[in-house]
Amino acid sequence: MTTPPIPTPGAPPVLLRVRNLKTYFVTEHGKGTARAVDDVSFELYPGETLGIVGESGCGKTVTSLSILRLVPEPPGHVLPGSLIEFEGRNLLALPAPELRAVRGNQIAMIFQEPMTSLNPVFTVGDQIAEAAIIHQHLSRSAARARAIEMLRLVGIPDPDERVDHYPHQLSGGMRQRVMIAMALVCHPKVLIADEPTTALDVTIQAQILELLDRLQSELGMAVLLITHDLGVVAGHADRVVVMYAGRVVETAPTDALFERPTHPYTEGLLAAVPRIDAPRARLHAIPGQVPAATAWPPGCRFHPRCPYAWEKCAAEEPPLLEVGNEPGHTARCWLVSEPERRVLKR
Amino acid sequence: MTLGTWLALVVALVVAAEAVRALRHRGLRSERWRRFFRQRTTSWGLGILTFLVIVALAAPLIAPFDPNKQLDIIHLKNYPPSWTFLLGTDYLSRDLWSRVVYGARVSLGIGALGALMAVSLGTLVGAVAGYYQRWIDAVLMRGVDVGLALPRIFILLMAVALWDGLPFAALVITIGLTSWFGTSRLVRAEVLSLRQRDFVVAAHALGADTRRVIFRHVLPNAAAPIIVSAALGVGNVLLLEASLSFLGIGIKPPGASWGNMIADGASSIYTAPWSTLFPGLAISLVVMSLNAVADGVRDALDPREEPA
Repeated sequence: MTTPPIPTPGAPPVLLRVRNLKTYFVTEHGKGTARAVDDVSFELYPGETLGIVGESGCGKTVTSLSILRLVPEPPGHVLPGSLIEFEGRNLLALPAPELRAVRGNQIAMIFQEPMTSLNPVFTVGDQIAEAAIIHQHLSRSAARARAIEMLRLVGIPDPDERVDHYPHQLSGGMRQRVMIAMALVCHPKVLIADEPTTALDVTIQAQILELLDRLQSELGMAVLLITHDLGVVAGHADRVVVMYAGRVVETAPTDALFERPTHPYTEGLLAAVPRIDAPRARLHAIPGQVPAATAWPPGCRFHPRCPYAWEKCAAEEPPLLEVGNEPGHTARCWLVSEPERRVLKR
Repeated sequence: MTLGTWLALVVALVVAAEAVRALRHRGLRSERWRRFFRQRTTSWGLGILTFLVIVALAAPLIAPFDPNKQLDIIHLKNYPPSWTFLLGTDYLSRDLWSRVVYGARVSLGIGALGALMAVSLGTLVGAVAGYYQRWIDAVLMRGVDVGLALPRIFILLMAVALWDGLPFAALVITIGLTSWFGTSRLVRAEVLSLRQRDFVVAAHALGADTRRVIFRHVLPNAAAPIIVSAALGVGNVLLLEASLSFLGIGIKPPGASWGNMIADGASSIYTAPWSTLFPGLAISLVVMSLNAVADGVRDALDPREEPA
C-alpha cells in the first residue's frame, strides 16, 4: 500500500477521470436495454490504488473495459455524454490510432482468467514482448531481453528458460505473473487489474497482491483494483468505490469505509465477510439477488434488499451525499440526511 | 529405361531421403521441429513429396522417352509394364513412365498453386467475415453461398470460352478462384469463436491493431483446420484437373498431366489397366503424403498436443 494521496482542497492532479459513464447493452430479441454501467463517476490520482468493489453483475468489469473502449460493440455501447479523461484527453473521443497508442502503453490491463487470457500458441516471452514491440518498436533480440527482464521483475524463477515456455506449461500463479509482466512491459501510468486474483488459490492470491504492491511502488503507477473481495481491498486499496446495480453507491478512503460504512449495501458486504476473531455464528448474507440489468428497481436500486428502506427509497433515488464532515466520503443513501431512520424493521 | 535414367532415379531417391534425414537431424534442436517429426509418417510423407518434386524438376533426366512421342502405334500400343517401359505404354504407344514424370510438373504445379491460392483467399475472406461480422459478414457469406451453389464446371466452361484452350496460368487462377468457398466457411466459423476469447481482448488491451490481432492472435489458433483444408485442397485440385481433362478442357493434349492420363486410359481400362492405375497411384501418393505432412505441421503449430 502506498501513501494515500492528500485530498487537498486545491486542484489535485487527476490522472484518470471517469465522469457520467454510461455503458448500455442492447439485449437480443429486443427485450430492452441492459444498463450495465449507469452514470458512474470517479477519479484516479497518480500513484494511488483505487478499489472498485461489488457483487457479480454490478458493472465493475464493464466499467474497466469501457475505460480502454474494449466493450464489444455491438451489443454494447458507451453513451454520448460519458467522459473518460486521461491526462486531459477524452479517451472516448480519441481516434483509433491514438487510442491504440494509449492501450498497453499508458494504461494497461490485467484480466481475471490467466488461463484464457494468454494466447496458447505463443511462448510467454513473445507475449510479454508484444507491447514493447508495438509501442517501442524493439528489435527481436531486444524484445527478448526485455521479456526476460520482466519475468525476473515479476519473480519468476529461471527467466532465461521460462521465456521460451508456452502458457500451458505454467501454473495459474505463474500465468498471472506473466499477465502482469505483459501489462507492465511499457511502464504504464495506470494499471487496471480486473479481479487479478479471483481465479487463484488463496496463498497465490497473497503473493500476487504483494507483487502488485511492490511493482506499484517501484514503477510509481496508479492501480485500479477491481474485485468482489473486501479483504483484498482492505489490504491494498487507498480509496474504495462501492458499486451496486451499475451505480456508485459509496466512495470513501479505505479506513473510513471499514470503520463507518454508510450505505446499507456496504454494511451488508462487510457483515458478510467471515472474521477469524468473531464468535462463531451463521454468516450474514444480503437477502435477495442483484436485479437484472434490464429492469433496475425504481427509486434507490438497493431498496428491495435494504433492511432500512422506507417509502421515500422506492419513490426517489438519492444522489451521492457527503457523509458528515469526512472528506471524500460520499454515499448514495437517504440515511445520510435522515440518520434517525437507521432502525432495523425486522 | 536406360542406365542413365535408372541412375538419375536412384540419385533422386537418395537425395530426397538424405534431405529429410538431414532436416530431421537438424530439427531435433528446436521444440517446434521435434513436434513436426514426432510421427514417423510425417517423415515418409515429406520424403515422398521431396522425391516427387525432384522428379518433376529433373524430368528430362529421369524420363527415358519423349512423353508425347507415339513410339510405335502398331506394336507398342497398350504394352504392359516391362524393363524397357517401366509402367507400360498407353493406347497411343506413349511411354507411361515418361508421361507420369512429366505430368508431375503440371499436376504438382496446378495442385500446389491452385490450392495455395484457394486456401489464402478462403482464409482471408473467412477471417474478415468472421472478425468484422455484421454486414461485411453477411455480404461475404452470401457471396460464398452463391459460389457454392454455382456448379464449378459451368464457371470453368465459361473460362474456356474466354481463353481458347486454357493456358496453365489461367487454369490455376480459375481453379484457385473457384475452390476457396469451403475453406472460407471453415475459417469464418473458427474466427467467430476465437474472437470472443479473452486473449483477443487482451491483445486489444495491449494496443495491437486489428490486422495484428487477426494475423497474429486469431489465425494461428485456427491453423489446424486451415492446414488440413489445404492438404485436402491439393487432392481436390488434382481431381478437379482430372475431371476437367476428362471433359477435354484441362491441360491440352498431347501434354501430360496425371488427370488427363487417367482420362486417356479410361477407355482401355480393361485391356490396359496400368494406363489409369499408375497416374491414379501418383495422385493418391501425393494426397496421402500431404496429409501426413499436414498432420506434422499441425502438431508443430499446436504446443498443447502431448505425444500420442
